[in-house]
Amino acid sequence: MRIENVFRGLLGLFAAVALSGCATPPLRGTGDLGLVIERASGRVAVVETSHRTKLGQIAGLGDLSHASVNYSRDERYAYVFGRDGGLTQIDMLEMRIVNRAVQSGNSIGGAISQDGRLVAVANYTPGGINVFDAVTLKQVANIPALDDNGKPSKVIGLVDAPGNRFVFSLFEAGEIWLVEMKDPAKPVVRKYKNIGKEPYDAMITADGRYYLAGLFGEDGLALLDLWNPDAGVKRVLDHYGRGEQKLPVFKMPHLEGWAATGNELLVPAVGRHEVLVIDQGKWTEAARIPVAGQPVFVVARPDNRQVWVNFAFPDNGTVQVIDVPSRTIVQTLKPGKAVLHLEFTPRGEQVWLSARDDDKVVIYDSETYLPVSELHVDKPSGIFFTPRAHRTGL
Amino acid sequence: MLLAGSVVICTPVMAGEPPAPARQTELINLIRQDCGSCHGMTLAGGLGLPLLPEALKGKSPEALTETILRGRGGTPMPPWQAFISEDEAGWIVDMLMKGLPDAH
Ligand code: HEC
Repeated sequence: MRIENVFRGLLGLFAAVALSGCATPPLRGTGDLGLVIERASGRVAVVETSHRTKLGQIAGLGDLSHASVNYSRDERYAYVFGRDGGLTQIDMLEMRIVNRAVQSGNSIGGAISQDGRLVAVANYTPGGINVFDAVTLKQVANIPALDDNGKPSKVIGLVDAPGNRFVFSLFEAGEIWLVEMKDPAKPVVRKYKNIGKEPYDAMITADGRYYLAGLFGEDGLALLDLWNPDAGVKRVLDHYGRGEQKLPVFKMPHLEGWAATGNELLVPAVGRHEVLVIDQGKWTEAARIPVAGQPVFVVARPDNRQVWVNFAFPDNGTVQVIDVPSRTIVQTLKPGKAVLHLEFTPRGEQVWLSARDDDKVVIYDSETYLPVSELHVDKPSGIFFTPRAHRTGL
Repeated sequence: MLLAGSVVICTPVMAGEPPAPARQTELINLIRQDCGSCHGMTLAGGLGLPLLPEALKGKSPEALTETILRGRGGTPMPPWQAFISEDEAGWIVDMLMKGLPDAH
């Protein structure tokens, strides 16, 4: 296996040299690279954060609405998960498609295993997960998301967890499944049932310990402590919002990228103009921070000092910055029309924001809150930088 | 403006005038992008049901218009009446049943 890999690497190197003719391309690392999804045109833009430039574009990735990206542990390859079930492996240096599989009718995201050898894709139709070899994209497992009566569910909130496990939730059935993949040919599935109505997204804390699923059909969050999987799933914050009229939700919020600030977690409230502060440990609500709209992404700067928030339609031209220690809004920005996503540079001195309806990515200085530069990108949505490779759950 | 013309001719269910061309472009963008966040940008379905002509065939345009304006209780489908007028919702249903042109 290892020899094969070395051989593969050498082949790749020869191919690269052969392709470039006499001019040897300068060697470079991949730690400052990233992809921006061009959702309307089935393309991704390859960008780098050191000089804030666009290096190239890769086309032919299918329907990229709601697309997301994972990276191989060497940060060389990206795995792009498209809405149409397409899974595309991209070489970040050669800027080309290495492998592509259309693996289901309708998918929603993926995850890469702790050891980097497996890529799992979450599917809406047919509901379930497919697991692939990260090098060849050959399918190694299929786990249909069927409840006890054989009824399929959409899979949401798929993440990787320590121990080469994957965790995900079933929207219709209201279940959380924990899958251990030590032997990829024999996945061991543990099911947690009746975890709550309609889990719509989920996340795992950066230490890989807590899996939390947000519920759409009722109040609260479902919590699984992976250090104590026998303790089962607990409902937390179930008094939140009880008896109050919810606002209609124009876009489902995301739980990915939330802030863990030592003892607290900040998460978007569903159908409310609020960010919730959760006491991690007691699992109670510590505060609610009123914000400018229904939050979609609540993203912590890597130092956890600030949290940047974007909003659902019709407030999607606004971005707010929360100062975490004081729990106050310190900035309200208008980066552009329809801000869909934001991503910090690896150590957080800048943040990239995609303004879909302005066809641009705007880059802000996170200390001065001033725009530094912008890049033209066609209908940009998700922005994904390679350091995600080394973070559990991203 | 061929678009507006054809709408008027083949929509017996639609009471009101079609939206102005600029508003049509805006609405088509809204459908692909914002409805698309749940229904898929190609409208082939996601968290929300598919909104392609085959999927809507045989359904009541009035009921679909009602769903768009008032949402569907107990599901994530939100009401859009604060942003879309009744005539516009009728026009959207008509567009969906015929197949949406590209935003560009
Ligand atoms: C937050 C998610 C979400 C958004 C945004 C959304 N929808 Fe829906 N929509 C749904 C869901 C979920 C259903 C299915 C409801 C059910 O199960 O009956 C639905 C159902 C519908 C239906 C009924 C389809 C049928 O076959 O009965 C129509 C029509 C529709 N949506 C149109 C729209 C339009 C137009 C927009 C944008 C202006 C939109 N939706 C935005 C979630 C959404």
